[in-house]
Amino acid sequence: MIFPSTPSQTVGPYFAIGLPWDAGPHAVPPGAPGAIAIIGTVYDGAGEPVPDYLIETWQADGDGRFADLHGHGGVSQLEGFRGFARCGHEDGDGSYEIITVKPGAVPWLGGGVQAPHIDVTVLARGMLQRCVTRIYFADEGEANAVDPVLATVPAGRRETLIAEPTDDGYRFDIRLQGPGETVFFDV
Amino acid sequence: MKEHTTRIYDPVSDTPTSYARDPEGTHPPLDYPPYKSTALRYPKQPLIYLPQTITEITGPQLYSALGTGELDHDLTRQHEGEPIGERIKVSGRVFDTEGKPLRDTLVEIWQANAAGRYLHRWDRWPAPLDPNFSGAGRCVTDDDGGYSFVTIKPGPYPWGNHYNAWRPAHIHFSLLGRAFAQRLVTQMYFPGDPMFPYDPIFNSVPDEEARQRMVSRFSIHGSEPNWALSYQFDIYLRGPGATPFEDAP
Repeated sequence: MIFPSTPSQTVGPYFAIGLPWDAGPHAVPPGAPGAIAIIGTVYDGAGEPVPDYLIETWQADGDGRFADLHGHGGVSQLEGFRGFARCGHEDGDGSYEIITVKPGAVPWLGGGVQAPHIDVTVLARGMLQRCVTRIYFADEGEANAVDPVLATVPAGRRETLIAEPTDDGYRFDIRLQGPGETVFFDV
Repeated sequence: MKEHTTRIYDPVSDTPTSYARDPEGTHPPLDYPPYKSTALRYPKQPLIYLPQTITEITGPQLYSALGTGELDHDLTRQHEGEPIGERIKVSGRVFDTEGKPLRDTLVEIWQANAAGRYLHRWDRWPAPLDPNFSGAGRCVTDDDGGYSFVTIKPGPYPWGNHYNAWRPAHIHFSLLGRAFAQRLVTQMYFPGDPMFPYDPIFNSVPDEEARQRMVSRFSIHGSEPNWALSYQFDIYLRGPGATPFEDAP
């Protein structure tokens, strides 16, 4: 490293004038085959919903390939797949929804695979840096059991990373602090 | 000043497989009591080390999805009339910490108007809104990592953090980077702002030199005669790190 990084600052309460856009929550185009909704609520340390959160998600497609600008791992062949979603509201109630496809397994470092997962960035007023977490899926029990990242998470906290099935997708709540605090990662 | 290389990423042969972790003190702590809103919004459990895998070293091509328009970078021409305030150019380059310019990187900004008021439902500070100013812009860095906005200088404004609390004038910056690991949200400040010593958000960054990296530089040479003053703000995102195996704890 020659030049130090520019420091992080909070996204503040007013990001909604610049960052969300209409198609932001859609990591796949509307009506894409296999599309699912991931819903959830962001809670603070008092258990209250956080209305002014901004979340971003990044993931592979069902074949484990990314819509990556570098082409790492081979580029996704899923038509219109963006793999990135952003959700935040001027008048939020703490709940979010993104539309995507369920990711496939992706490579682990130097061999092996990781269980299907989605990386999540959480930003909000009162957060001076982003927090990063991962969404795993409750119906991937076998893959989760041997996932090398989940293996580093204390057993009693792993469930905070597991999304539960709903009628049309999954539910993944994010607790920034306190009982049931979501596991966050140092990336 | 160190010289920057002019080499840019070759998308095929020059793709980092990990990103350097920033030294302690580069970024603010999540738990920072002087900024009161942090109290219920920071994780109390320790962060868990995540080796950078393919999910973290890849990143989206968001600019095509957003379809950046011709006037997205000019916040003074998004309405019928011109906004009130001091017209300025805000420009700079986006580098990684090796000094390599980062091209095709989405830069998004948002800000208050000249009176210090945001066009946001929850901004209740009794300063006038400007019908000719929305306060948001975006652009994509060019082959030299360069970006440029035209806007008006935002005003300072009061907030409820403590008695007589005022934010120094600032422009919010969001940088997507070229990989999930490079994502950065920051704020750009103006040189010599008298409110620096009193602002907990600015001072949440522990290191004085690091704080100065958030302060733009006035440039007489970049200023356009009879039109706009220039402020320059270069941004550094995490650069290539050791291989993932060397990087592991």
